[in-house]
Amino acid sequence: MSQPAPLPFVASLLDAPLPASGIAWLDALRRAHLDAFAAAGLPDTRMEAWKYTALRALGQRRYANGDAQAAARAVDPAAFDLPGVDGPRLAFVNGVFRADLSALDDLPAGLVLQPLAQALRQDAEPLRFVLSRHEPEQGDAFVRLNAARAEDGVALKVAAGAKIAAPVHLVFLGAPAESDLAWHLRHVIELGEGAELALVEHHVGAEQQHLGTAVGDITLRDGAVLRQVLLQQAATGSSLIRRSRLQLGARAQATLHVLELGGALARHELRAELAGDGARLDTRGVFMPRGRQHIDTQLAIRHQALNTASESVWRGVADQRARGVFRGAILVAPGADGSDASLSNKNLLLSGQAEIDTKPELEIYADEVKAAHGATVGQLDERSLFYLRSRGIPHDEARALLTAAFCRAVLDDLPNAALREHLAGLLANQLPD
Amino acid sequence: MLNIENLHARVEGKEILKGLTLRVKPGEVHAIMGPNGAGKSTLGNVLSGRDGYEVTAGSVTFDGIDLLALEPEARAAAGVFLAFQYPVEIPGVNNTYFLRAALNAQRKARGEKELDSMQFLKLVREKLKVMQISDELLHRAVNEGFSGGEKKRNEIFQMALLEPKLAILDETDSGLDIDALKQVAQGVNALRSPQRSFLVITHYQRLLDYIEPDFVHVLAGGRIVESGDKALALKLEEHGYAWVKDHGEPAGASA
Ligand SMILES: Nc1ncnc2c1ncn2[C@@H]1O[C@H](COP(=O)(O)OP(=O)(O)OP(=O)(O)O)[C@@H](O)[C@H]1O
Ligand SMILES: [Mg+2]
Repeated sequence: MSQPAPLPFVASLLDAPLPASGIAWLDALRRAHLDAFAAAGLPDTRMEAWKYTALRALGQRRYANGDAQAAARAVDPAAFDLPGVDGPRLAFVNGVFRADLSALDDLPAGLVLQPLAQALRQDAEPLRFVLSRHEPEQGDAFVRLNAARAEDGVALKVAAGAKIAAPVHLVFLGAPAESDLAWHLRHVIELGEGAELALVEHHVGAEQQHLGTAVGDITLRDGAVLRQVLLQQAATGSSLIRRSRLQLGARAQATLHVLELGGALARHELRAELAGDGARLDTRGVFMPRGRQHIDTQLAIRHQALNTASESVWRGVADQRARGVFRGAILVAPGADGSDASLSNKNLLLSGQAEIDTKPELEIYADEVKAAHGATVGQLDERSLFYLRSRGIPHDEARALLTAAFCRAVLDDLPNAALREHLAGLLANQLPD
Repeated sequence: MLNIENLHARVEGKEILKGLTLRVKPGEVHAIMGPNGAGKSTLGNVLSGRDGYEVTAGSVTFDGIDLLALEPEARAAAGVFLAFQYPVEIPGVNNTYFLRAALNAQRKARGEKELDSMQFLKLVREKLKVMQISDELLHRAVNEGFSGGEKKRNEIFQMALLEPKLAILDETDSGLDIDALKQVAQGVNALRSPQRSFLVITHYQRLLDYIEPDFVHVLAGGRIVESGDKALALKLEEHGYAWVKDHGEPAGASA
């Protein structure tokens, strides 16, 4: 029996030599992952994790591997300017580190922030464990692809006890190129015991149809505190597939505020393990696709230790012919007694052709657990809309006001006021007029 | 100012207004009374442009323009205001923000200059005094957690701020205690002027002791069946609506 021809997507991504690091274990790892990617191809909707996100169109596309011109691409720094965010910055354009757009001078004491490639060149050994760790599962084609082809990314480390107040800005910019590109980044972030960090992950870009993949590991040692904002404003023609793994030690706390606004196809798999007693994770997020955008968030939280807590508040708003997908899976593992988990996902369809698929899942194998979860999908309240209009507020403005109100709970507790205002403005402007 | 001619309107396929005629001149206060389900709120909704109310015959002109052709927001900008029988709670939308957005949207639509926040707050303070509303309510979300009476007063406060030409008050007196009733009446009276007209929908003659109407109409079965001066309200109070049915031919509207 002859093999079926590989998808154009897969063929195009096999069609360039792998990066050579000169580090034997790393090069072997890349080769193994590429082979696995080639063998498995893309996941399809028969797989539970990809049920609502079809990759048929993506499978027919071809991408060039990486951007040789990335260093020379003209970029307007205003594109990634964010109010309330003026700390250290690490910037990538089409997946390539750009020192000229970064701000790495005078880093605060206790912060190491550099491109991963540089960290690997200096000393690859400390990174070996985290980069080698891979638990194969169905449908992880993009993680394999990323592991095979990512040469760079963010390497960030906060020393034990160090408190980094000014938010660190991670910028991922897409810039137009001669052809559609595929780029891949791998991030390794670690907060030492009792360390504190504010972090902004920021995807921006316009007018391009590149594919980006990113895989990140964020480790919080005991008592560490992370406040992270994820602002995804990728070009509306682009595809962006991310997996973030968050691991929390004892009494560690992470708070994530997530805005998923961009991308033709954007998927974020956010996996958190509450691994130490008393760890706490709060996630607040909005996904707001419009036009023909498809935005998929896969949130998976595992409570694995005593008295861990997670609270997840998510809102979805889909307009025009857009599609939103949300899966919120919480697992309370045996032994994670006294855990407290809640998840709410409310969704708003602004058009008859928009669609949101939401799936909360809760599995509990421990004792004395408090858990609550719920999901709803509805439309704008006609009575409220009429009330506003009857006072003179035009239809579109009234709709934007009500939508912003619907999403309000997500931003309310973001302490950085300037950034909060800015993000609220982005949500208000995301709706088409 | 407002000419309603032979208005027929349907809700969910059911005819509710069946040939309603009413003329209101500038400065007049018209009270509309009538049994539950007669179509009073329907009239208010049709005049302010709510979706789902289908006008099947008749016309409504307002200052000479075809009111029914306008979107709700354009009617508001033209000067029509409806104080809702059941004001809607809108969590997440700040009351002050909402009021300013509303006022400025109307001003913009009329080609007037928008108010900056200083000018707006000054205006709000003036109007608050008239309505005796605690400014604490302004910092909350629109009507959220307001008591029934607070919601009604907030409607009148909005009216004071937006200064419409025609205000339709749909049972603004229902659910008010006697002090609040007087305050609401005071608020309305303070706004009475030779240019501003009111349609006051009520079940209770008592309100009309405080807001003296020029005309009183009985709306029953989707039409004005009786019109008169405020003595009519007293008769209704005494004899109920059965009296109207026995008594009169359906009458055309007055004025
Ligand atoms: N949205 C709607 N859907 C279905 N029926 C409606 C709707 N709105 C009004 N109706 C019906 O139209 C009729 C008139 O209702 P309307 O609210 O205008 O009465 P009303 O005179 O204001 O009564 P009340 O004194 O009780 O406030 C009622 O039979 C009511 O059930
Ligand atoms: Mg009514």
